[in-house]
Amino acid sequence: MSFVKSKEGQVLTKPLIAVNPVMIQTLGVCSSLAVTVQLKPALVMSISLLVVTTASNVIISMIRNIIPAKIRIITYMVIISTLVALADQVLKAYLFEVSKQLSVFVGLIITNCIVMGRAEAFATTNTPKMAALDGIGNGLGYSIVLCAVATAREILGSGKLMGFKVVPEALYDAGYVNNGLMVLAPGAFFLIGIFIWLSKTFYKGEK
Amino acid sequence: MDFIGLISIALTSIFISNILLANFLGMCSFLECSKNVKTANGLGLAVIFVLTLTAPLNWAIYTYLLKDEALAWLNLPNVNLEFLVFLTFIAVIASSVQIVEMVMEKFTPALYSALGIFLPLITVNCAILGVCLFFVERKYTLLETTVFSFSSGVGWWLAIMGLAAINKKLKYSNVPEGLRGLGITFLTTGLMAMAFMCFAGISL
Repeated sequence: MSFVKSKEGQVLTKPLIAVNPVMIQTLGVCSSLAVTVQLKPALVMSISLLVVTTASNVIISMIRNIIPAKIRIITYMVIISTLVALADQVLKAYLFEVSKQLSVFVGLIITNCIVMGRAEAFATTNTPKMAALDGIGNGLGYSIVLCAVATAREILGSGKLMGFKVVPEALYDAGYVNNGLMVLAPGAFFLIGIFIWLSKTFYKGEK
Repeated sequence: MDFIGLISIALTSIFISNILLANFLGMCSFLECSKNVKTANGLGLAVIFVLTLTAPLNWAIYTYLLKDEALAWLNLPNVNLEFLVFLTFIAVIASSVQIVEMVMEKFTPALYSALGIFLPLITVNCAILGVCLFFVERKYTLLETTVFSFSSGVGWWLAIMGLAAINKKLKYSNVPEGLRGLGITFLTTGLMAMAFMCFAGISL
């Protein structure tokens, strides 16, 4: 418990729900909608983003005192896109199917505001250790939302989870039908909207 | 490429698979800047402008420098620089936004002061990079890329104008407390996406 209360613990745990990057800070919304039709690509995407955010936070924090303020954005861009290119190559080599499914969205981690936003808001003013914790925390916060939305969409939309059937046959026999809307774009918008509603209602007191 | 094909690309990217409502690209600035119609209009026009400028530029760089076997004209047939795509595209986008900003400041100060604050934002708008990565994936020609990028921009402008107009009316309605702000925006966008899905039946 003392770790959670300490400064390091706060940096790590706060982004999980209280200042969740997607729901409260509105960062990185694009990809959280697009890759959540099934759980598997969502998981891969979360892990890639977690790694990229943490690495970019650490690198930027290490060189924060020598980046000239005027060209800092372009410096971040170069660091982040190099890391994303690395992530993309790794995915293509080891998880080709999923990387095809994610299509352009791996590349779009570059313009994912979480990476950029945390670099600008946190990494430039903190030590590498804190920046790493912040990166992990925000990456996990993003993963929680992504996996929750993906789970809901896959179960409701196609009755499966990670490609396995979870909705029993008996239900289909009784007249249950998969909700086709969940697979399509509007389903994602509605789910995220509802998630934000729930989290705002339940965490109102902690702000 | 025949004329009908180009029209089909244009209609598809404006209505049927709208860059924002079906592909979720450019959400961040969409959510931030849809508070009033004037701002939304400015940002939308800036996006159309930058997209139409950078996508063909990126296409040329990709086709003649980065693609597999693209360096054959330099007698380097076995070189594949495709892994540099992200780095190059984002650099091209960032620098052309910068150039556009400087040119506009010099020659059209009125337009610059109207769009000025939005231009830097566009660099990190995922719609721009998204369109650039889409034409690589779909293997478009130069003409197709130009049409595709312009009409994607128009689609984005259409979506943000729509949301801004709805938000203006929404100010007067009584929304549940937890849903105010971001939540209701998402639900509205969802309904807009559903409305745009009606175009899906059109085939050319």
